[in-house]
Amino acid sequence: MSTQSDTVVRKGLSPRKRAQRSRLIQYAVLVAVALFALFSADWGQIGSVFFKPEFIKSTFQDGVLQALVKTLEYTAGAFVIGLAGGTVLALMRLSSVGPYRWLATAYIEFFRGLPAIVVFIAFSLLPLAFEGMTIPWDPYGVVWLALGIVAAAYMAEVIRAGIQAVPKGQIEAARSLGMPPGLALRKIVLPQAFRIVLPPLTNDLILLVKDSSLVFMIGVAADGYELTGFGRDLANTYSNLTPIVVCGFCYLIITLPLGILVRRLEARAEKSR
Amino acid sequence: MALVEIKNLHKSFGSNHVLRGIDFTVEQGEVVCVIGPSGSGKSTLLRCVNLLEVPQQGEVIVRGEEITDPDCHLDAARAGIGMVFQQFNLFPHLSVLANCTVAQTTVLRRKASEAEQVARANLDRVGLNDKVHAFPAQLSGGQQQRVAIARALSMDPALMLFDEPTSALDPELVGDVLTVMRKLALEGMTMLVVTHEMAFAREVADRVVFMDGGVIVEQGPPAEVIGNPQEERTQLFLRRVLDPTHVQDL
Repeated sequence: MSTQSDTVVRKGLSPRKRAQRSRLIQYAVLVAVALFALFSADWGQIGSVFFKPEFIKSTFQDGVLQALVKTLEYTAGAFVIGLAGGTVLALMRLSSVGPYRWLATAYIEFFRGLPAIVVFIAFSLLPLAFEGMTIPWDPYGVVWLALGIVAAAYMAEVIRAGIQAVPKGQIEAARSLGMPPGLALRKIVLPQAFRIVLPPLTNDLILLVKDSSLVFMIGVAADGYELTGFGRDLANTYSNLTPIVVCGFCYLIITLPLGILVRRLEARAEKSR
Repeated sequence: MALVEIKNLHKSFGSNHVLRGIDFTVEQGEVVCVIGPSGSGKSTLLRCVNLLEVPQQGEVIVRGEEITDPDCHLDAARAGIGMVFQQFNLFPHLSVLANCTVAQTTVLRRKASEAEQVARANLDRVGLNDKVHAFPAQLSGGQQQRVAIARALSMDPALMLFDEPTSALDPELVGDVLTVMRKLALEGMTMLVVTHEMAFAREVADRVVFMDGGVIVEQGPPAEVIGNPQEERTQLFLRRVLDPTHVQDL
């Protein structure tokens, strides 16, 4: 330790020199790994498996953009259902009526504790289990419902936290102006709560974009394929990974800007505090 | 008949008995200032008048209506009682104008044009007609509190409650708010004011109520209660508040 008195002669490098040397070693390791990868990997093989130009072209021709639109449509509908359901669940959790609280808590814990894919498998089996049962707006109805009921559970907790973050004085001011509880909630509390939860809610939207890939578990028809289903199907056909890579980039086109938006919103919320 | 009548009011928070049997009245057009040390129950008393705090025992009668009665139409009664908070509690997502119209259009069901007219008139009254389209976060504390007063006035209340309206303000902003309140008092508004501003109480109040330990210790004209207090507790409190060297007593 450096608790020795000044009379002891200090040995070795100064701390600053030592940090410099440590940085140098880290760079050297990085360069070595990069060189190894550069010379040992078969770049021609990698290129033709992941980034084959003719398959990139045919992925577009086969309709990756339609699949992208499907992903967006599935996500948007599920987000609306999740938002509506999540708001109702959040209000139930904050209810003064016990059974509402218990029901909402049970729902939220159940669907948050379950892997989303289990819910999708269950939905895929529904028509078999209940013969003749149909969910309207095929395939949108079943997709929106499956994604939405899981999303509602996650969003409920976010929205509940947002409602509770609205200062108590706001409700008191509204009530003392003569507003009944429901009106105070709609006009005063919820608008502020949604402002507070905008960043975490956008995060939930990003998760939803990615979870929409589970739709292929339900077994929709080919014209209902979203990005993952479409990419997998095409990759199987070509015995090549290029379509999956293209689809992966399509996800990033959606999720990266949303991620930047979240950081902006968070920075703005931080500033206004 | 008195505008506000309070009979044998008791309020506890858990084991903390905050109000221990309060009886008092406020007459039409009267300005009553409630003073007393912190924790004396004066804010709680004020908040019982529009039932933001529900008392365990006793009656609160406002404009002949017993609002402590479970069958009372509480929201309608509250609409006629203006309340101004220590922390302003403006609605931050609404403009100054919308703060003053939202309850008019929803609770009183006034037309939007009429509500805006009333709001503008009241913002003019508090000297903020140039801030109509600003948002609360863009205003100083004193301006926010004056908007809060305009918001309450826009409901045409029969009575205004003020809960330490200047305690959260920077000293140089207190004057503007007190000026508005003084003007209201002169216009004949019935006001119940919890305050630490002794000069304001002395000048504006028709009656001063001194509270300590959850009871009313002394009340009367300001010249008597502040100028010549009879009770020892009142004397002690006023000496501490009015004497700038009171710190040395501690």
